[in-house]
Amino acid sequence: MKLELMKVNVKSVGWGDRTEVLKDGTLKVNKKELLAHVTDEENLKSIGAEIALPGESVRITPVKDAIQPRYKIEGCGQVFPGMVSDVESVGEGKTLVLEGAAVVTCGRIVGFQEGIVDMSGKGSEYTPFSKTCNVVLVFEPQEGIEVYAYEKACRLAGLKAAMYLAKCVYESGGTPDKTETYEIPPFTRSMNAFPGLPKVAYLYMLQTQGLLHDTYVYGIDAKRILPTMIHPNETMDGAIVSGNCVSACDKNSTYVHQNNPVIRSLYERHGKDINFVGVIITNENVTLADKRRSSSYAVKIAGMFGVDGLVISEEGFGNPDADLIMNCHKAEKAGIKTVLITDEFAGRDGASQSLADAAPEANAVVTAGNANMIVVLPPMERVIGFTEYVNVIAGGFDGSLKPDGSIEVELQAITGATCELGFNKLGAETW
Amino acid sequence: MVKAIESTGIAVVHICTIVPISQTVGANRIVPAVAIPYPLGDPSKSREEEKVIRRGILEKALEALKTPIREQTVFN
Amino acid sequence: MTYRIVHYINQFFAGIGGEEKAGVGPESRNGALGPGMAFKAAFGNEAEIVGTVICGDGYFAENMDEAAEKILKMISDLKPDAVIAGPAFNAGRYGTACGAVSEAVSKKLGIPVVTGMYPENPGVDMYRKGIYIVETSDSARGIKDAVPAMAKLIMKSLRGELLGSPADEGYIERGVRVNRFNDRIGAARAVDMLVKKLKGEEFRTEYPMPVFDRVPPAEPIKDMKNAVIALVTSGGIVPKGNPDHIEASSASKYGTYSIAGVQSADEVAYATAHGGYDPTYANTDPNRVLPIDVLREMEKEGEFKKLYDYFFTTVGNGTPVANAKKFGSEIGARLKKDGVDAVILTST
Repeated sequence: MKLELMKVNVKSVGWGDRTEVLKDGTLKVNKKELLAHVTDEENLKSIGAEIALPGESVRITPVKDAIQPRYKIEGCGQVFPGMVSDVESVGEGKTLVLEGAAVVTCGRIVGFQEGIVDMSGKGSEYTPFSKTCNVVLVFEPQEGIEVYAYEKACRLAGLKAAMYLAKCVYESGGTPDKTETYEIPPFTRSMNAFPGLPKVAYLYMLQTQGLLHDTYVYGIDAKRILPTMIHPNETMDGAIVSGNCVSACDKNSTYVHQNNPVIRSLYERHGKDINFVGVIITNENVTLADKRRSSSYAVKIAGMFGVDGLVISEEGFGNPDADLIMNCHKAEKAGIKTVLITDEFAGRDGASQSLADAAPEANAVVTAGNANMIVVLPPMERVIGFTEYVNVIAGGFDGSLKPDGSIEVELQAITGATCELGFNKLGAETW
Repeated sequence: MVKAIESTGIAVVHICTIVPISQTVGANRIVPAVAIPYPLGDPSKSREEEKVIRRGILEKALEALKTPIREQTVFN
Repeated sequence: MTYRIVHYINQFFAGIGGEEKAGVGPESRNGALGPGMAFKAAFGNEAEIVGTVICGDGYFAENMDEAAEKILKMISDLKPDAVIAGPAFNAGRYGTACGAVSEAVSKKLGIPVVTGMYPENPGVDMYRKGIYIVETSDSARGIKDAVPAMAKLIMKSLRGELLGSPADEGYIERGVRVNRFNDRIGAARAVDMLVKKLKGEEFRTEYPMPVFDRVPPAEPIKDMKNAVIALVTSGGIVPKGNPDHIEASSASKYGTYSIAGVQSADEVAYATAHGGYDPTYANTDPNRVLPIDVLREMEKEGEFKKLYDYFFTTVGNGTPVANAKKFGSEIGARLKKDGVDAVILTST
């Protein structure tokens, strides 16, 4: 399967009469058209749209998801299959990417949901989305709407917006600045390619714990799947989508699913010192039986691949640490060497145990940092969304939001700050 | 918390879903729960049926509290 | 400005005497004494030792709390900007005293404090997490290295400079996790680590797995029919409105709420504050997490004598272990005082 990502560089965003990318890299967006495209009167009372650029004194909260605008221009199916497009399998052909742009969704709080993105200042150092040019959609739910329906509506609107932007750019004749090619052939060839190089696969854990803690694969709630294999290219076409934003620091936004850095890093070393043979997705369910079933099943697939090594990434913390350790333990027992990517909850002083579970076999761990670390976010001139909820979001506390508009909060509340796909450069040491 | 309370000499039984975590961390008396969002319930059942499930788990909990143990024990 | 430093030392280094004088109580003297003279030289004009507080190692060991309190007062009366203690090298009681005094100064006076010990000094394991302990050799011959290292660290702290790694600054690893930006993203570090692991090459894990301590099982209940049972939960069930604002994650507190006369944790009066799981089911019927309804039935039927009048709740979502331990200790102490026989603790 071969996929070419045609990347159009976006350096800024502004409103305009036509949705297109100008020669200087500015993405112009027709606001009226965009909003008409995502309107959903049944579920959403209002949708607003704003722009947030890197370096601006802007705060976006509460953030639900970030999505990279992409649109398939050649090959089967269309981006975000099973969600806003047909269910056909994707991952081949050509896909246009608005590189440097993101759709960020933001909405009135329902339960405990959150995420803060600051485009400048201390907070901007920790989130990937202070570096993207963002089109922000702000939602207000219809009165009396049921929470699951509201979450779904926000999710779909974000995906629609992302696809709309990329589609318009393509139709307006936008030309890519860069093309990247990703290819792994069928097993008959891939398994025998590069003899002498160790076979490595990626075990991709997806959070599946209920409202605002869910992930979708081809539109299916991943709670309901058995672990299975997926071609890495499918993730680039949005086959995996986020419904997950609580404790924003380590939830995988759709954007990071589309730009999975583990997949990128494995492709980079492919044929050099490893043979990257495939990806296995698995879930993090809320019963012990499901955890046991999924970990055994996922490791069994890895065994069927005959891999020598497995990179395992987690999503979330707490009970999913048990899934992580189970996956590691079972793989190591089956003779597969593992490296885990996780984040830590070591307390504000960094002195507490970082993970809820542990095992001596987990001897190769990369950390995305301690999410309990306190940061003080300076006041921002403009707030997109609503700040009243800062005190109650996960990572916030009584008195988080100060009268002057600054926020004292744990990293936990900053979107993508400790992403366990290893998206960021943050780590931690024992001192 | 379980271990800290038990350190004062009071017997504690931990009703939880992720038994492996409880075991790793070191609770001594463990009773498996139904699921994370509803440890003593089951929204797919009627309220009456849920109370029966709840009773079953609590009976096991009392049993665990009555049982002398030398090491970590899961009461299934 | 010249910083004011107070130096804490034991009876031996104060020149009072050896083991035979270990029982002397706390006293305060002006200026520098014993090893304080070496520190004086190291500080030059930037800082001066305004006073030295002395205590016999034996006295401290036998009267830890009272001695620490007295010593703290003597120190604070001298109005210092910072405190140095020891160095204690490998002397166990002295190390424990230096550690305890340093921790008290840090917590109660909130000013910089540095001490020095040999890594195997028992004071290290006891106090390393809360204070900076400069690594020294095992005997007083190491004073010529210990003093400049301790002086450098305390001056840095006084100037408000950020302290670096143990290797850079010369202090013993405290065992706390500190966030640092790498030059590469985590995914690249992971693939790199795997390649090394597969090749059998040396690699360094970024997070060494912890080993958990164990508590011996408490005695079982012999007479359940006469037992008082208390309910505790980490599932975050609170009176509706969360009156004490228990946090949805990283809870800094727990709540104690009366259930005298309450027959059921109904959805009118209770809800969950926990941000780590889908709250819908707990909110529709909080008994699913805090099973008051069935426990009351069992109480009525005489399965046990009484359900304790209060339940304790916190949110077990990203709760640092140190907090959980503190909550558990406090709850346990109260229950013990009130004659509770056993606890049912529910988690989500």
